[in-house]
Amino acid sequence: MNSGDTAWILISTALVFTMTIPGLAFFYGGLVRRKNVLSIFMQCFTIVAIIAIQWVIYGYSLAFGPDWGLGILGNLDWLGLKNVGGKPLADYSGTIPHTLFMLFQCMFAIITPALMIGAFAERMKFSAFIPFIILWSTLVYDPLAHWVWGAGGWMKSLGGLDFAGGIVVHASSGVSALVICLLLGKRTGYLKEPFRPHNLPYTVLGGSLLWVGWFGFNAGSALGANEIATHAFITTVIAPSAAGLTWAIIEWYKNGKPTILGTVTGALAGLVAITPACGFVNIMNSIIIGITASAICYLFVIKIKNGLGYDDSLDAFGIHGVAGIWGTIATGLFAEKAVNTAGADGLFFGGAQLIPQLIMALVAPIYAALVTFLIYKIVDAVLGLRVKEKDETIGLDLTQQGEAAYTVIE
Amino acid sequence: MKYIIAIIQPHKLSDVMGALERANIPLLTVSSVLGRGRQKGITQTYRGTREIGSLLQKVKLEIAVNEDFVGPAIEAITSSARTGEIGDGKIFVLDLKEVMRIRTGEMGSEAIG
Repeated sequence: MNSGDTAWILISTALVFTMTIPGLAFFYGGLVRRKNVLSIFMQCFTIVAIIAIQWVIYGYSLAFGPDWGLGILGNLDWLGLKNVGGKPLADYSGTIPHTLFMLFQCMFAIITPALMIGAFAERMKFSAFIPFIILWSTLVYDPLAHWVWGAGGWMKSLGGLDFAGGIVVHASSGVSALVICLLLGKRTGYLKEPFRPHNLPYTVLGGSLLWVGWFGFNAGSALGANEIATHAFITTVIAPSAAGLTWAIIEWYKNGKPTILGTVTGALAGLVAITPACGFVNIMNSIIIGITASAICYLFVIKIKNGLGYDDSLDAFGIHGVAGIWGTIATGLFAEKAVNTAGADGLFFGGAQLIPQLIMALVAPIYAALVTFLIYKIVDAVLGLRVKEKDETIGLDLTQQGEAAYTVIE
Repeated sequence: MKYIIAIIQPHKLSDVMGALERANIPLLTVSSVLGRGRQKGITQTYRGTREIGSLLQKVKLEIAVNEDFVGPAIEAITSSARTGEIGDGKIFVLDLKEVMRIRTGEMGSEAIG
């Protein structure tokens, strides 16, 4: 046990927690119309509470427990945290308490389903949202976390690299989000009336908090207070900076003015893309990853979404899905052992790392999409996932939560 | 000259503006207001305190028109704002004594459009 490592992961755990609430809650909350902001906060808060409990009861055992045999799922030996103690577990992290590793991972399990809120914002029924999230976390997140990060997981055995969750967290939630918004349909009035973000300062605040939290997400994933953690920290500053600037420059060129919403969105795309790569690529190449991620996401969010007409309300797929997949592939191009001996050499450094990265970037999204489709159909048949049109018109704050965010008089 | 005040559902604003524009009545003033009609409002609860029939968010349009445009304006608003349910709102038509355009000093029906 190392007290320096333990202190850093304790802090990182708290940082990743703040990404969901208040970070993501404010980021998404500012982007919706004023009648739906509390529904976003409520969904974020509820996910924290539900997944935290799911994780200690069975989620952690499924994701990280001893492998069942085929590298697909953990077994139930750690049900209710049985056999999970304060002593370090060498399989995952030899220098911090096993319980701390469990809690650090819990925060990732929490933020992943919360990211999907962006795709179904402003139109999902709260009562159906709860079972949907529990099923999704159990059947999509827990297996994927096991494949990529669990001892004996098949993608890990294949040599796939995902430093902090490009595939497990971002690609999985982003692609699932796309499936949900296609099945749920567009918001009433989409493309006919303006859907203006109701509070951009909230969005900037939330986006900034996400970036701060991301230092725990990426640098904490080194699972120690060491050189690799510092390296991941640096790339988590640099790649999003390049990405935010890139988006602003594209806007400046295309529309005549750069916007803060665009700059924050670009930075977020850079954060997502550097996530799988942050501890494996050198700092100059992290700039390239940031720039390319921003340009690709711009294409998806501005051109492809509007061209195809699907209503990914707050661009959960356009940012997290697209940049998560790109970052995973970019890791296969730019990774180098000179940065991290536990990593590998990517295509540009004479290695064959691109192959397992492409397999991950292909198989994980397909699995996530298929299972999300099934879960959606089942929950929708039993409870109905979409609110009534009248409730949608009045707003989810009043119809789902029975409270309003803002008063007009007093 | 008449002064038309219409109270409508907030989500109908863009439809109403479109219908008015098609009726060649593009000039209007819009404000966000609270009101209560027969719809009575929605029950809200804050830490156990129930608040029944509180005021609802509405949008108020104000339009100054010459006599010829009164009928078309009312027709445009009703056809675009009506859902058929309680809460669709009301239109009030008032006599308008005088209008002045600040920039030019024009008065009356010259200044209105």
